[in-house]
Amino acid sequence: MQSTSDEVLIGRIANGDRLAMQVLYARHHVRVFRFVVRLVRNESTAEDLISEVFLDIWRQAGRFEGRSSVSTWMLAIARFKALSALRRRPNEELDEDSHVAIEDGSDDPQVALEKKDKSALIRKCLEGLSAQHREIIDLVYYHDKSVEEVAQVVGIPENTVKTRMFYARKRLGELLKAAGIERGWP
Amino acid sequence: MNTINKEAERHELESLLPWHATGTLNRRDAERVEQALAGDRELARHYELVREELAETIHLNETLGAPSARAMEKLFAAIDAEEARSPRRRRSVDLGQRLSEILSGFTPRTLAWSAVAAVLAILAQAAIIAGVLWKEDSIPGGIRLASTVSKGSFAVVRFAPQATAAEITNFLGAYKATLVDGPLRSGGSLYRLRLAENELPPAEAGKIIHQMQEETRIVGFIAASE
Repeated sequence: MQSTSDEVLIGRIANGDRLAMQVLYARHHVRVFRFVVRLVRNESTAEDLISEVFLDIWRQAGRFEGRSSVSTWMLAIARFKALSALRRRPNEELDEDSHVAIEDGSDDPQVALEKKDKSALIRKCLEGLSAQHREIIDLVYYHDKSVEEVAQVVGIPENTVKTRMFYARKRLGELLKAAGIERGWP
Repeated sequence: MNTINKEAERHELESLLPWHATGTLNRRDAERVEQALAGDRELARHYELVREELAETIHLNETLGAPSARAMEKLFAAIDAEEARSPRRRRSVDLGQRLSEILSGFTPRTLAWSAVAAVLAILAQAAIIAGVLWKEDSIPGGIRLASTVSKGSFAVVRFAPQATAAEITNFLGAYKATLVDGPLRSGGSLYRLRLAENELPPAEAGKIIHQMQEETRIVGFIAASE
């Protein structure tokens, strides 16, 4: 059985259909939450923000023109909300790598254990990327967004999307190298 | 191809690897990357690194959990508060949208074989259902379709005020019935319903009409018709 498309739901929401809003929320709230929580790094803040994101969708549904998919539109709204929230937090550095400790601490038994678990270390380094790099990695790898869709969410040209993704991956490789994992790239 | 061009091409392909791994490249680029991977062992090794990153990014995100019910409660409380302050006006009846919703439920193959007559029947029925739900006074001039169907067994029906489009559609589907005309000039919100494509014996038509009459949530009134 074919489920109702997101675009149809948005049309119903524009007419004030609360049930359509519940369906859209149920379908997307977890992914939107994860996108936001990866940017703001605070679950409570992320919960507040996704309420705001979906409230904006309720308000703006009548103006949705279908130039992008609904999920891309939602992520663009979520990104704007998250970055606005980060700007209200003076100590947050938007473009710098996070201060998660990922230096090579070969004397530390915990780190030595993690080295054995390459997967865990990759995840730790993914968390250590800057907000800008985390965002693009997540959009591509977790949210399945094409080059064009990432450009729509982030508001940058498609060539910049490819370049930014390349440098995000390059930075990830550097963090892994610093943590003792040599992948041979970059 | 000279060395500089080759290098630029290789860099371009390398930059596309993450999207190739997630299957979001267009066909042309996907084929370019596939060809390059088949002939370039170093690029293929880099692709394995991309796949490793992809797997761990998914793993990382999947461990992030989900928001509590508080987020949804807060959202709908805010929506209720907005609606209480300034109720949203429903947009005018958009028959095109409603019909596209109905038609989007059919597979392309079904649509292809149903041909013009069947599609017209669906359109006519959907238009009538829209008229039932929004009442004729909400549409300038109201919906009034001339009946072009003369063969079969018929009834006239008035739907219950609380019946929704989905309920009426399901009701008609369950009985394999079709709305063919309405609202009738003689009867306000009465609609002409075809019970079967062939002429049924009166007893059989009466039995179906009796069963329909039992569906009081959907049917307000029903009687046999010529």
